Amino acid sequence: MNISLVMFLLFIAITLGITYWASKRSAGASAYFAASRQIKGWQNGIAVAGDYMSAASFLGIAGIIAFQGYDGFLFSVGWLVAYLTVLLVIAEPLRNAGKYTMADVLAYRLKPRPVRAMASLSTLTVSTFYMIAQMVGAGALVKLLLGGYVTYNQAVIGVGILMIVYVVFGGMLATTWVQIVKAVLLMAGTILLSILVMAHFHFSFGEFFGAISQVTYHDAKGAVVVKDFLTPGLRYKPPFGALDLISLGLALIFGTAGLPHILVRFYTVPDAKTARHSVVWAMVLIGSFYIMTTFLGFGAATIVGPDFIKGHGGTNMSAPLLAQALAGNIFFAFISSIAFATILAVVAGLTISATTSFSHDFWTNVIHNGVERKPGEEVLVARISAFVVGAVAIAIAILLGPTANVAFLVALAFAVAASANLPVIVLSIFWRRFNTAGAVTGLAVGLLASIGLILVSPSLMAIDPPTVTGAARHLIQAKAWFPLENPGILSIPLGFIGAFLGTLLSSEPTSAEKFNELLVRSNTGLGAEKATAH
Amino acid sequence: MGNVARTLEIPKPVPGPAPVRVEQSIWDKIAESKEFKDLMATKKVFIVPAFIFFVVYYFALPVLVGYAPNFMATKVIGRVNLAYLFALSQFFVAWGIAGLYVRAASNFDRLSKDILEKAENSKGAR
Repeated sequence: MNISLVMFLLFIAITLGITYWASKRSAGASAYFAASRQIKGWQNGIAVAGDYMSAASFLGIAGIIAFQGYDGFLFSVGWLVAYLTVLLVIAEPLRNAGKYTMADVLAYRLKPRPVRAMASLSTLTVSTFYMIAQMVGAGALVKLLLGGYVTYNQAVIGVGILMIVYVVFGGMLATTWVQIVKAVLLMAGTILLSILVMAHFHFSFGEFFGAISQVTYHDAKGAVVVKDFLTPGLRYKPPFGALDLISLGLALIFGTAGLPHILVRFYTVPDAKTARHSVVWAMVLIGSFYIMTTFLGFGAATIVGPDFIKGHGGTNMSAPLLAQALAGNIFFAFISSIAFATILAVVAGLTISATTSFSHDFWTNVIHNGVERKPGEEVLVARISAFVVGAVAIAIAILLGPTANVAFLVALAFAVAASANLPVIVLSIFWRRFNTAGAVTGLAVGLLASIGLILVSPSLMAIDPPTVTGAARHLIQAKAWFPLENPGILSIPLGFIGAFLGTLLSSEPTSAEKFNELLVRSNTGLGAEKATAH
Repeated sequence: MGNVARTLEIPKPVPGPAPVRVEQSIWDKIAESKEFKDLMATKKVFIVPAFIFFVVYYFALPVLVGYAPNFMATKVIGRVNLAYLFALSQFFVAWGIAGLYVRAASNFDRLSKDILEKAENSKGAR
């Protein structure tokens, strides 16, 4: 029997065990949506890291470094530094003033219904885009690893059903522990791989960097190329490379603090101080992980080589192929199942943030004016919407198929988070004059600008040679109107401008008292939501 | 504390004008108190410079790599170039700022604890 399959099944069994255990403790809204706010700081830190380190970072960054060297490592840097925005600006005020979603913070001083409706729309957009990217990746990965046992469609349906089970039965508690197990596995696998890479170079950094300085491969025309992979510029080339890099940086630095599945994690801890400590824990793990992408990515480039990877599944297979080259099939299976666990955990985290926002913001507060008509309704609606979200994600992923070009969906999720969510959260906490019209315009402009600019970016608009077929072809066969892959550099300012203009052009009076209330609450934790007993 | 939390709980958001609540004025009172202003000033002294510093330090990386790639390709230690070392330094700078923030934040905690206690006492006296 296939070793990968055994390891996949083992991980599934463990997570289902966790879900069963959690389901007995998930009675009541605070338990279901926020794990009773009793998660410890270090546990939440590991879970934040688990939520954040998606397959895009594990497989994706290793692959980009393996093919484009140093420029790929720039992704790694941004993904960690972004947590300083979370730590310094967002985590504590959010925990102090909110209950289950980011819209809770906005609803204090602004008109709750329009603001929650827009915030919920933006949350659902970010979560769905991100989720589809993960599902397509999962299907393609499982098909590659277990080809012959499982088809793409079966893999997508399997991942979808598992994430629905975690979220429907286990709520936030199960999701949290699935993240923790996954993050520990991911760290263990990455440390092992890094040690093996260094062992390959006799634990000599000189030898390692020596090999990196002369990576040999064949270019598109079949000529042999030798390149120093530590030199910048292999991915980001003139004329727009530098701007694209800055734009990516902006989306990461301001987007991470607006990602709904990261934000909801801060409601699972007892207070703001614990939220702060969990960010620090997450930063230690995330930083160590991304530093180690040096070994994963450059290791794959030097030990396996771009030529071999291209012939055996492409960029995303760099890390698993490196494991195979270093320690054989069992280690390959181990690293592959970690990648699978990573995807499962991330989609579960996305599902719970989407369903929380739909049920708490949209159902209870927008449709029913903040009144839960009967006890447990909010949780029930969340469970039902988890089914719907899961089914929609499965359907879209199957429709797109395994070769779909979906990498841009992750960039889009970050761009929307940075251009729509973050400006509005920040302004509502810090700007006395901010009002409902400003929040609604800010969210709408940020959302539309991100989606619109990505639509006309090189990710979706390009002229493919006839050899590229099917879903791998670009959606619009024409020269891109917007030259950057990442819209952040334009869409983030647009989001802020929308919020400013919306505020200034509206005659809606702002309540000084309400602003003071949010100011005091978010900065002192007075009246903050308390942990509940099981 | 439990008492304060319960009485201060905000009503579920309702449309239209919020009902007038006597307890609400406590927010204005605290917001205008010297203790709270001290807390905000203490926070600002750390957070604003820390934020500006990390944003400038971070964006120096894509700007230099993007606009001065040849300079960044300068070899510093053996085959390791400036671009990689600067990228690597970002991790340690980020950790450093996080560490400093946690230290500074224990000060914020102390100041807000006083405010919370005072709020509770004024509540008890009523």
